[in-house]
Amino acid sequence: MSQLTTPTVGTRLGIVDRFGHWRVRLGVGRGRYSVAPGLYTIGTPDSSSPVLVTANYKLSFDVLRSELEDVDAWILVLDTNGVNVWCAAGKGTFGTEELVRRVQTTGLSDVVSHRKLVVPQLGATGVAAHEVRRLCGFKVVYGPVRARDVQAFLEAGMHATDGMRRVTFTVGERFAMIGVELASALKWIVPILVVMMLLAGGDSVLDRVRAVTPAALPVLAGVFAGVVLVPILLPWIPGRAFSLKGAILGAVVVGTTLVFMPGFQTTAGRTMLFLLGTTAASFLAMQFTGSTTFTSPSGVEWEMRRALPIQISAVFLAIVIGFAHWLGG
Amino acid sequence: MTGLEYIRGVTTIELDRSLCNGCMMCIKVCPHPVFEALKRAVAVREPDLCIECGACVLNCPEDALSVHPGVGCATAILKGWITRSEPHCDCGS
Repeated sequence: MSQLTTPTVGTRLGIVDRFGHWRVRLGVGRGRYSVAPGLYTIGTPDSSSPVLVTANYKLSFDVLRSELEDVDAWILVLDTNGVNVWCAAGKGTFGTEELVRRVQTTGLSDVVSHRKLVVPQLGATGVAAHEVRRLCGFKVVYGPVRARDVQAFLEAGMHATDGMRRVTFTVGERFAMIGVELASALKWIVPILVVMMLLAGGDSVLDRVRAVTPAALPVLAGVFAGVVLVPILLPWIPGRAFSLKGAILGAVVVGTTLVFMPGFQTTAGRTMLFLLGTTAASFLAMQFTGSTTFTSPSGVEWEMRRALPIQISAVFLAIVIGFAHWLGG
Repeated sequence: MTGLEYIRGVTTIELDRSLCNGCMMCIKVCPHPVFEALKRAVAVREPDLCIECGACVLNCPEDALSVHPGVGCATAILKGWITRSEPHCDCGS
């Protein structure tokens, strides 16, 4: 493949790119946000320019190219079905086999004179560096975790500092995760609310909203605590297990809601809503383990084996209380 | 990462020191400060920080490392239990 047939991409992101990034962060059309796999150029690379490997998730590709303003480089995009580097590496689609295949189909050994591939460090879960070398002769050099460090990494002669190698989980990074979690929670919350509204009596929509609110609001507060507040306040909530963090914060938020909200004055009704809301917070906080950068599968399984029976019991107890109260009139 | 430590004493990372050739590949691929570089080998210093991603195992040319790899995601593990299959990460596809 000659340099002339390789598409060149810019380093500036346009408004369409930025809109797309917000859209997929809210979980809309995330599975179809991709670029064509293959070789691209940034700036005016020659045969000695570095080769940067990435996934064909358009968000990953855009983040990488936007950080390469003063760089001349080749970008080798692997076919990961539009999934980001870390997740695709975990599945093996961003892996040794696809990397070797893409090196061969793009004729990379004729394009560059060196034999080095800069692979993002988080791709290492799918790529065996020594196998890549054995299969296609290219040496894998693991680059930094974050695209914003790539330029400094290249300027330092392909050396990554300890800081470039560490995964973080800052407030901003946690905040970016909330959209997708919220979108998936709303998928079942909205139908439940609609059904409650339909079952509730009342002449107007406003009447029905008024009828449903006392029961729905404490539980929604619990959902909000689990999906939004736990991710943001994560390091400051006591406990290591996410289910425990969720239960603690959920109890505070749901309890506060019940104190300040009129309606459901009976102890039984309040106990039931407290149990449901707190359990929702605990369960949803536990689901957030999938979005973090520091939870081990063994740890998640450890807490699930302990938390799930308690969560199920709490919901069961809430149902029993509600039922007994209803029977007792 | 202060305040962001997970469950202690449960990760499955293991190193067979007799096989380690000191290439330091594990240190390069590990996203957390799990390993410590010694003179001609590495040591597992902080096993509690391991997220069992398997990058070090895959990139160890001497097969000196082992871990029970998986995804640290409750949704995936729950799905795995319900469908009686290995948990896998499919929320991106």
